[in-house]
Amino acid sequence: MKFNTDRLIFVFLILLAGCGGGESESRVESGNREGVFHFGNHAEPQGLDPHIVTGIPEHHILTALFEGLVLKNPYTLDIEPGVAKAWDISDDGLTYTFQLRDNASWSNGDAITAEDFRWSWQRALSPILGSEYSYMYYPIENAEAYNTGRMADFSQVGVSVLDDHTLQVKLHSPTPYFLQLLDHYSMFPVHRATLESFGADSDRLTAWAQEGNTVTNGAFVLTEWQINSHVRVEKNRSYWDAEEVDLNAIVFYPTENLVTEERMFRDGQLHRTAEIPLDKIITYQQEQPEVTRIAPWIGSYFYMFNTNRAPMDDVRVREALAMAIDRALIAETVTQGLYTSSTALVPPGTLGYQPPQLFTFDREKAAELLTQAGYPNGEGFPAFDLLYNTNEDHRKIAVAIQQMWMKNLNITVNLVNQEWKVYLDAQNNMNYDMARRGWIGDYVDPYTFLGMYITDGGNNKTGFSNARYDEIILHEAPAELDKDKRFALYHEAETILLENMAILPIFTYQFKHLYQTSVKGMPDNIMDYYNYKYVSLDSEG
Amino acid sequence: MWRFIGFRFLQAIPVILAVITVTFFLVRAAPGGPFDQEKAVSDQVRAALEARYQLDLPMHEQYFSYMSDLFRGDMGPSFFYPGRSVNELIIQGLPITAELGFYALLTALVIGCLAGVLAALKPNTAQDYVPMSVAMIGICMPSFLLGPLLVLIFGIWLDLLPVSGWGNSQGDKILPSITLGAMTAAYIARLSRSGMLEVLNQDYMRTARAKGLPEYVVVIKHALRGGLLPVVSYLGPAFAALLSGSFVVETVFQIPGLGRFYIQAAFNRDYTMILGTTVFLSTLIVIFNLLSDIVAAWLNPRLRYQFRK
Amino acid sequence: MTSESGSVEIINIALEMPKGTSLWKDGWHRLRQNKLAIHGFSYLLLLILICLVTPWIAPYGYEEQNLRLGAVPPSAEHWLGTDTFGRDMLTRILYGGRISLAVGFIATAVALIIGVTYGAIAGYAGGKIDNAMMRLVDIFYALPYMIFIILLMVVFGRNLLLLFLAIGAVEWLVMARIVRGQIQSLRQQEYVEAAISLGLSPLAIIFKHLMPNAIGPVIVYTTLTIPNVMLLEAFLSFLGLGIQPPQSSWGVLIAYGVETMEEYPWLLIFPGLALSTTLFALNFLGDGLRDALDPKASRD
Repeated sequence: MKFNTDRLIFVFLILLAGCGGGESESRVESGNREGVFHFGNHAEPQGLDPHIVTGIPEHHILTALFEGLVLKNPYTLDIEPGVAKAWDISDDGLTYTFQLRDNASWSNGDAITAEDFRWSWQRALSPILGSEYSYMYYPIENAEAYNTGRMADFSQVGVSVLDDHTLQVKLHSPTPYFLQLLDHYSMFPVHRATLESFGADSDRLTAWAQEGNTVTNGAFVLTEWQINSHVRVEKNRSYWDAEEVDLNAIVFYPTENLVTEERMFRDGQLHRTAEIPLDKIITYQQEQPEVTRIAPWIGSYFYMFNTNRAPMDDVRVREALAMAIDRALIAETVTQGLYTSSTALVPPGTLGYQPPQLFTFDREKAAELLTQAGYPNGEGFPAFDLLYNTNEDHRKIAVAIQQMWMKNLNITVNLVNQEWKVYLDAQNNMNYDMARRGWIGDYVDPYTFLGMYITDGGNNKTGFSNARYDEIILHEAPAELDKDKRFALYHEAETILLENMAILPIFTYQFKHLYQTSVKGMPDNIMDYYNYKYVSLDSEG
Repeated sequence: MWRFIGFRFLQAIPVILAVITVTFFLVRAAPGGPFDQEKAVSDQVRAALEARYQLDLPMHEQYFSYMSDLFRGDMGPSFFYPGRSVNELIIQGLPITAELGFYALLTALVIGCLAGVLAALKPNTAQDYVPMSVAMIGICMPSFLLGPLLVLIFGIWLDLLPVSGWGNSQGDKILPSITLGAMTAAYIARLSRSGMLEVLNQDYMRTARAKGLPEYVVVIKHALRGGLLPVVSYLGPAFAALLSGSFVVETVFQIPGLGRFYIQAAFNRDYTMILGTTVFLSTLIVIFNLLSDIVAAWLNPRLRYQFRK
Repeated sequence: MTSESGSVEIINIALEMPKGTSLWKDGWHRLRQNKLAIHGFSYLLLLILICLVTPWIAPYGYEEQNLRLGAVPPSAEHWLGTDTFGRDMLTRILYGGRISLAVGFIATAVALIIGVTYGAIAGYAGGKIDNAMMRLVDIFYALPYMIFIILLMVVFGRNLLLLFLAIGAVEWLVMARIVRGQIQSLRQQEYVEAAISLGLSPLAIIFKHLMPNAIGPVIVYTTLTIPNVMLLEAFLSFLGLGIQPPQSSWGVLIAYGVETMEEYPWLLIFPGLALSTTLFALNFLGDGLRDALDPKASRD
């Protein structure tokens, strides 16, 4: 019938229009040729103002656009010169003097001076701005006081400009990891004139950081930012070390869905993925090990207890719950060898530190403890809620643990899956029984983990409070210059934390990424850190 | 006729106002605010943020402030993306969702009408069952199943079409359009089938056949117009269904459209974005329903006469 | 054909003619001709039966894990295979069916009760009350329903009861419109005038006289709402807002199955088939009912 064929042809034409012979050259292949890196970046960046944002996707883009005083070597994580070409540390470890290089400039041609840093740090610490990473500055003398509004005069803070290219920083205690902090985006400089023209020095809501407005000082400049689509940065020809930069551009994609991201990689649309879906790991390890990278990451995966609420207020209950989990089994089966069991907070080997081990998987002991606490064979034990944020991995682990508790202790746990904001809110208000938590270290030192659990610490939220612990963490450890002695103190503090079982350690993280074989210069390191100056794309693929 | 249109239009306004109000208070009631972040925020900082976004004002003041801005066309700053306004984000996402919706509707119309008409011509036979079953796939298979399945077959095994994106690679608009259109195709198939059935049994059809006209002329010239009328009145609700369906399809195919913005906003508690998108989409739906009612009334002579009164 | 056999034929035909048909008998007769609808109906009955007796016939517990086993394809011990936790899929699909069907029926029942009551009142009352009530319906109708439900689930958290209410709260609108339309047109009938003059209370009139006649489209629409509800629940689960582990519905099983589509296809195929066939059956039954009960669609 006539009209049927018309419609059939119509449909056929539509299909034909699309099948332009599949893909003649994949995006990865053309990227290899042109030096354009296609980066799977997990989520849309909330913004590109380095003093306001907080996430890892933002980190990857900001480290391309900006440069701090120092950089890190991606192979060894040693500190390398950034804007600062050299520096001097006083013997007592309290004074750092940085020599800035003469040829470092902003993307609009302005020279970078020490004053740029001083002004930027003042802005970052401004109480009204509400930077959530301001605690990175706290080793600096009086930084905390200024940031919390207790001191109004910034000139009292330990940052001073000795001359156009010399910056001096005074700390209140010798912080051995201080140089590492400087490479964190919260300590990057920002361009004063641009920010002031937008009123951005104290107002977070301005558009200064968007394409067309922003002025940056890094190896790349921002050329395109289409929300939910991509962010494109291109090589900055006037960057002081531009000769060392091989890449011509990087395009960041917000690949929220892991499974779609993996398909994009397979389809030749991405050079690097942010994750690998759990169920595909074995397949990749067996069939394509050359693109698969799984390596230890400085992160801890644990559950936190609300020690103010029954039944979690009894330490024996907490210990019982901790001992009734067969971590090795989960690690082997559910998470496909991805994570490693952990019975402590700090990942082992962090700068050579070994955490204490106070317990193992022991179902008899766990049952006994529960009986001692008044719940023989789980009788009478109230059902409680375990909160976790919406994520495939977290769900799988929680489901397995829920079942283990049922089998080994005969208790009921409700799994409550919440999305990010609600989940955070519940923790912040201590409105939970038990919640899943992950913490990735901001720098390589056990302090980045242990610092969380001081009394009323902003990241504590468990009700844990111990005077000796506070004493060590706040006073003794930061003042100790000798590494072995410092580690002994950390060991003591962590032992206190674990004896009280304020948190239930489960795993140490590993990161998992897929990289095309054409990618060079992105070695594995414990911080999952990239230095784009080292990255290149092999056009042979 | 114009009175009818005007009247319906006036009725639409309180509807939209009510939608805005309900959403406004609903969103504010949600636990988890826009400024909860993983690294804890000090109280002072939180206070400063809330002041900046006017969240420290009493609820009714916030409401009036929002409404007066809204009348001037300003939907406020996004709470989640600092420096971006809701208008900006909607303008960015809208064309993409609109295009997706358009292609999906086209696919739905083609598949649906084809299936429905074929089925109506020979009811209760294979020509009825087969096309209808195919069309029904849309409502019997959730789009988050259909989409990945299509991707698996056409994107991975046959390597004919791209697996994600919109407008980035050639042909990447096909699978999302089909996935989104599938559900609507099923409804259109149903409607066109029953519409055609009703018309095909009317007396004037017998007259046309008796005149000796070939079957397909009979169908095209006489039956289609009346038979497809229910499809026209369905276009309004179809539009709404496509909008809702776009949430899932955009998530599955990583399409940067308005639907995806909405889901993210809901999870991020981006109050202004949620409100803005809801207002915007609801207004569109109301307008579309209105238009579709008007067109249906115009096409249907019975209804047309009714409004002459 | 001689006149004699001719008259025999006429008598035969007269004897075979259906005696005094009513709408229902006619409808049933037409429904029986629709093979798809009948197959759908039988399938549904079977399914409901199986799901009801599941707790007694299921081979394993639905939350029983066997981590060492992991996901294995169909075998003698596990007819439909296992998932990544080593849980038996046949059991999970059966239990999932209980939940999916429960959500479907209960939420639809909620929608039915609210919608019918609302629509009947509006249609009967007429005038200003009817106008006001229908405007309210318009308001809710204008909310893209997904937005509304997502907001509700996000605001009030997840629990099964809320899920039923939220879904029901969206689906009652069309029901209300249909019922109102029906009641409105029936209300003009003479027997209603008679009932009123007899002094029957409005409630009695609505439920004893009007509703039975309006019920045709209601049945059809109800049958068609159930699959929509089941799909809606699946969508919400996909977004992470629906049923929580270790329980699952078919929607949840499919969402999980999609993730591992290539490695363990049976995790997707079986729940997918279960949901799709059920939805097909419901839809064909609904379509068949509509064709059967609609007096206008006469067929030769």
